Amino acid sequence: MRRGNSLFGVTVLTAGFAFLYLPIVLLVIGSFNAGRQVNVWAGWSARWYGEALRNEQLVASIWVSLQVALAAATLATVVGTIGAFVLTRLPRFRGRALFRIGFLTPLVLPEVILGLALLLLFVRLDLDRGIGTVILAHATFGAAFVAVVVSSRLASFDPALEEAAMDLGATPMRAFLRVTLPVIAPAVLAGWLLAFTLSLDDLVIASFASGPGATTLPMRIYSQVRLGVSPEINAISTMMIAAVTVAVIGASLAAKRRR
Amino acid sequence: MELAGVTKRYGRVTAVDRVDLQIPKGEFFALLGPSGSGKTTLLRLLAGFELPDEGRVVIAGRDVAQVPPYHRPVNMVFQAYALFPHLSVARNVAFGLEMERVGKSEIQARVAEALAQVELSGFEDRKPDQLSGGQRQRVAIARAIVKRPELLLLDEPLAALDRRLREKTRAELRALQQRLGLTFVMVTHDQDEALALATRIAVLDRGRIVQVGTPAELYERPASRFVAEFLGDCNLLEAAIVEPGVAALPGGARLHFAGDAAPGSRVTLAIRPEKIAIGADGRNTAVGTIEAVEYLGDISHLQVRLPDGTALEVTRVNGAGPPLVAGDRLMLTIPLEAITVLPA
Repeated sequence: MRRGNSLFGVTVLTAGFAFLYLPIVLLVIGSFNAGRQVNVWAGWSARWYGEALRNEQLVASIWVSLQVALAAATLATVVGTIGAFVLTRLPRFRGRALFRIGFLTPLVLPEVILGLALLLLFVRLDLDRGIGTVILAHATFGAAFVAVVVSSRLASFDPALEEAAMDLGATPMRAFLRVTLPVIAPAVLAGWLLAFTLSLDDLVIASFASGPGATTLPMRIYSQVRLGVSPEINAISTMMIAAVTVAVIGASLAAKRRR
Repeated sequence: MELAGVTKRYGRVTAVDRVDLQIPKGEFFALLGPSGSGKTTLLRLLAGFELPDEGRVVIAGRDVAQVPPYHRPVNMVFQAYALFPHLSVARNVAFGLEMERVGKSEIQARVAEALAQVELSGFEDRKPDQLSGGQRQRVAIARAIVKRPELLLLDEPLAALDRRLREKTRAELRALQQRLGLTFVMVTHDQDEALALATRIAVLDRGRIVQVGTPAELYERPASRFVAEFLGDCNLLEAAIVEPGVAALPGGARLHFAGDAAPGSRVTLAIRPEKIAIGADGRNTAVGTIEAVEYLGDISHLQVRLPDGTALEVTRVNGAGPPLVAGDRLMLTIPLEAITVLPA
């Protein structure tokens, strides 16, 4: 193939990046707007960052979202990884197809329906709705995504590696911790990041599963936007984007160093 | 090492059927058989990845039939090596010692020694994906021998190597086994590999051991059609014994043989193609017609048809006399001692 960049390639690439990142760039620029009107440019300023951080409701919702995302992603990763092992490793067992469908349903189920189903479950179980129920709800669909990512890695994992570890004196548990887990770690980490991002991002399911005192950032932003978009929201969103970007870059660097 | 009455079933299939086998210390033993003969299952029973339904597996004086692999004094070189991709060569080799909780300085010394044994000193910090196939195999061997096992198991050790490397590795494996004095048990479906490497071979067929012996014993005195056919090329002729020391072929030709078989019985005569002499030299001579010649450089395989219709394969060393072509007529002699009488 010819090396170098054709005009076509550059155009497509630019269009692609613009499609993906232009909205984000606009949002970031808007966050530095000095004026209150989102659509009127009034010069550069960082004042909305200060305003946003002084907005206690907004800051509180960030913490709620981060707590939920951290806990839900971790729970989802544990459950999803175990699920992936069941789906790929266990010999055929009764109800295997049912298990598979049940485990992976949240991937295709409309969020509204999943949210409603979880709400009904929590009501029936008489669980107080709050941060705990949001975590459970997010872990439920996060686990499905983790299971997909991890089981695709497990499918190409050579079981002889585990046998080799046991042959060399490792108990099954140590073989898992010392060989299997390190080898599939990038997939597990990717699954965790996916679950984390999905949780941070989710509005619909959180709205169903949440209760008083557990307003996530998307819920807060959504309710504020209904009253009009303020540059505060842009500022908060920019900070979130920065945090997520740093986390993703950090994770990929860590994954690279392991290789 | 001793197996006694070892049986392994998978559902209705009996993969290993009442196998008895003794392997003395220091032997290079080969389990030889076609795929599905149970040789790999047998190796996995020794390693502990499979547990037998019946029978005893005695290693170094202890019955380990129901002992899991991580408590057996046995280590394995896997077919595709199964090196840990996330660990360096040194860490791969150290893995088994770390599991035994051997001290750090001893681990270092033993890893260095094992890598020296397989001539991989200086490769400590490489990752498996930075090694060639032959080097990976040597890491796999080092990883196993560093544990000083009673028994080293090798699953098709040469299968993943290309042809030229295979011959070189054969010699190295054999030298390594002699240097270490360890008991090696190798699984292979390749008869050349087994003949070249092993001090003794067990031939397996459908889960049972059909013959055990040195390579020469198996080749020269196969106990059954299966062994004769599986090890090397062999002419197998249906025959009936007409009088002591004389067999009649279906076409009518009579062959004299050394040995005793009851007159009237039906037998199979096994004759190695390289033992058929060209020229008239004693009894059992006949003139045949060459039907096809397969020229292989040092030797040629000849398809010869005898006057009574019997087809024979004859191996001829090239270089003596003019080249033979299809249609040539040829005087053949089958020496008496070249004929092995097998059950029909």
